[in-house]
Amino acid sequence: MITKRIIACLDVHDGRVVKGVQFVDLVDAGDPATQAARHAREGADEIVLLDITATHEGRKTLLDTVRRTAKALFVPFCVGGGIRSADDAAQVFEAGADKVSVNSAALKDPILIDAIGRSFGAQAVVVAIDARRDPKAANPVRDAEVFVQGGRKPTGRRVVEWAREAEQRGAGEILLTSMDSDGTRAGFDCELTAAVSEAVRIPVIASGGAGTVDHFADVFGRGRADAALAASIFHFGISSARSLKEELAKAGVSVRLPC
Amino acid sequence: MRVTVIDYKAGNLTSVLKALRHLGAEPEVTDGDLSLVEQAERIVLPGVGHFQATERLDATGLTPAIRAAIARGVPFLGICVGMQWLYAGSSEAAEQPGLGHFPESCARFAEGTEKVPHVGWNSLEVKAGSRLLAGVEPGEFVYFTHSFKGPVSSDTAATTFYIEPFAAAVECDNVMGVQFHPEKSGATGLKILQNFLSWEATGSE
Repeated sequence: MITKRIIACLDVHDGRVVKGVQFVDLVDAGDPATQAARHAREGADEIVLLDITATHEGRKTLLDTVRRTAKALFVPFCVGGGIRSADDAAQVFEAGADKVSVNSAALKDPILIDAIGRSFGAQAVVVAIDARRDPKAANPVRDAEVFVQGGRKPTGRRVVEWAREAEQRGAGEILLTSMDSDGTRAGFDCELTAAVSEAVRIPVIASGGAGTVDHFADVFGRGRADAALAASIFHFGISSARSLKEELAKAGVSVRLPC
Repeated sequence: MRVTVIDYKAGNLTSVLKALRHLGAEPEVTDGDLSLVEQAERIVLPGVGHFQATERLDATGLTPAIRAAIARGVPFLGICVGMQWLYAGSSEAAEQPGLGHFPESCARFAEGTEKVPHVGWNSLEVKAGSRLLAGVEPGEFVYFTHSFKGPVSSDTAATTFYIEPFAAAVECDNVMGVQFHPEKSGATGLKILQNFLSWEATGSE
């Protein structure tokens, strides 16, 4: 039976793993290669490394960090942040990533999705969407808006419509981050995740708000997520993917165990 | 050991090469140097992307060179689209023939309530006697990402269920294929790659 994936996310800033609330107030959380290896050993189904400073400071993804992190990692490894062209993506793949995640650059120039997909296959292209509900709209979920630059800048685009376009252009997965929930540990935005997951045929990875086992069970259930991203709950030794999955299995969620 | 990895320019080989090196092999990549196929002790065809991209194997002369190597008994492993290429063809690119080592054809998962592509970790049911999958316990998980698949047949070495049972691995003597990505499937995947690297012809063959 296909299992729900638990993805460990490493937000990286200046070559170090960091965690902040809603992308500000960053706290150091270790070395990316060490952290990735630990998560894989402790049962994470996949590793995502997001260079959160890359876009707004105009930096290239830290290829050295990617190379070091990929070296002894034998689970899927996705890298995002600062990928603006198919050439940028090619360098990240050459350094050892299996997938790249594109966000702002794809919104600016959606053909980027087609270009990476053509060269490396749809399975290698993850389109990351930073979403905020629109509290003024008649339907805040349906009309949720896409933001860029780490959640700083509104784009005027609707989340569901952009996810559909990404799929049509050849994205292999959608990484949906709720900016409203991110860092709060108060739970995923299940309504928004379900709206996107039902609108596309490709997997949707839910992100933002993980705090308890119940939050994961909820987003896999009514949120219809295929995978869920976790960062803060794994840092500082609070939990491991394995213990999270053991609890999810008890709650009836199909997960990869033993792992 | 000379492991020749075939590059048909449809994707990224880094992860496969990394896993082979991790296991002590010395992979060499070719996108058309037939001498590397002629001297190979093992051949690996990693595949991603569209089945149509395998036309490059025909255009470069790799297809007959691989066919000859297989006939000499060189162990061959196809991964993902590389496994699908071992069949007669795929409905993904109906005009493009596969190697035809296995007579069946690959087809897309049926549309329904489940998402296509099939992406994620799914479990294997291994057929008794598989040498490629020796030591893999029932229900061990491997990582998949694909929309097309081979049918279950007498050559199927492992089945996986998604929408329907399909061939997760195929094996007949020295010719082997896996629909999943062993290079991304943790310890289980590395064990399978190690089985392939250690494969030896048995005396009765």
